[in-house]
Amino acid sequence: MLRTVLAITLAGALVFPLGATAATQDYILVIKNHRFEPSEITIPAGQKIKLVVDNQDPTPEEFESHSMNREKVIPGRSKASIWIGPLKPGSYDFVGEYHEDTARGKVIAK
Amino acid sequence: MLGSAVIVFREVLEAALIVAVVLGATRGAARGGRWVAAGIAIGIAGACIVAAFAGRISDALDGRGQELFNATVLLVAVAMLAWHNVWMSAHGRKLADDMRRLGHDVTIGVKPLSAMLVVTALAVLREGSETVLFLYGLAAGGTGQSELLAGGMLGLAAGVTLGFLLYKGLLRIPLRRFFTVTGWIVLLLAAGLAASAADFLNQAGVITVLSAQLWDSSNLLSQSSLFGQMLHVLVGYQDRPTGIGLIFYVATVLTIATLMRLVGGTRRDPSPGSLATRSMT
Repeated sequence: MLRTVLAITLAGALVFPLGATAATQDYILVIKNHRFEPSEITIPAGQKIKLVVDNQDPTPEEFESHSMNREKVIPGRSKASIWIGPLKPGSYDFVGEYHEDTARGKVIAK
Repeated sequence: MLGSAVIVFREVLEAALIVAVVLGATRGAARGGRWVAAGIAIGIAGACIVAAFAGRISDALDGRGQELFNATVLLVAVAMLAWHNVWMSAHGRKLADDMRRLGHDVTIGVKPLSAMLVVTALAVLREGSETVLFLYGLAAGGTGQSELLAGGMLGLAAGVTLGFLLYKGLLRIPLRRFFTVTGWIVLLLAAGLAASAADFLNQAGVITVLSAQLWDSSNLLSQSSLFGQMLHVLVGYQDRPTGIGLIFYVATVLTIATLMRLVGGTRRDPSPGSLATRSMT
């Protein structure tokens, strides 16, 4: 029975329309020298957006935000997309967990 | 050096605590330790493979590969923990009785042990791959990295130590109540992992409903604090949970508890006073 439940869950996860949000605009966030550039990104509130994080450092970084419930490892010299929102208006902190003293930024939802 | 120690410690802690609970929950099983050790070894090997392919996993499935991979790993672990608890609800009491009577380890068969091997391997794999990536980044970096690497090793040792202490603490629970208590811990651990899986599915855009934050108790107990993180691993505490995470949490608790009650109830005659504990043993 458990296996059936799991199988259904996973099947659902894979079958679900992955391209449903393809029409939204991308927001670019660059990681260089363990810092985010820009360190503040303004996005429209109440919308789902795609954040493309471009890690130009040779070392991996973990994008982490408790306030947005996001965590994603981005290997060195590679890009990763993170879907954000819809967010209520406000400011949302994020950090690069591997270099938390320098890699800090926030998303402003307006 | 301290910085890298803290980062590795945090990554290792989750796996170490889960392994401690698994070791505790399989207490008294002959060769149980060997199964868990095998799980750790498989997990470390898997972590290296996952770290090596991190870029490709991340890019897969329209950039949602990492989220779906994490969610799948978590949900399989939840299923294995659930299966273990259901098995224990049918056999746990006899196991505890046998252990008390014989005074030594008993044979409990391959199935429940292999479930816990899988849980161990998955926990080590998931957290380990991030540790491997981080340490690799340090090793591949430039100057002054050996100190950071030493810090990483320190963090690794600290995480393992804390897991060991938890295991030692679990062993102090009297045998009569042992499987009841570990059953509860495994149940809440599984629910917490399910909630994390929900958040990854939300991050992947697979689940889009109820993704808003329910409350913010980070001022009260921050999830980034040591105690907050330990509670996060062991009982699924989140300082800023989402609605869907909470639903997964509650649904997992109810599903496993119901299955345990059903299975536990069909194998034994009800006796007064045993009802309360039976579902969790």
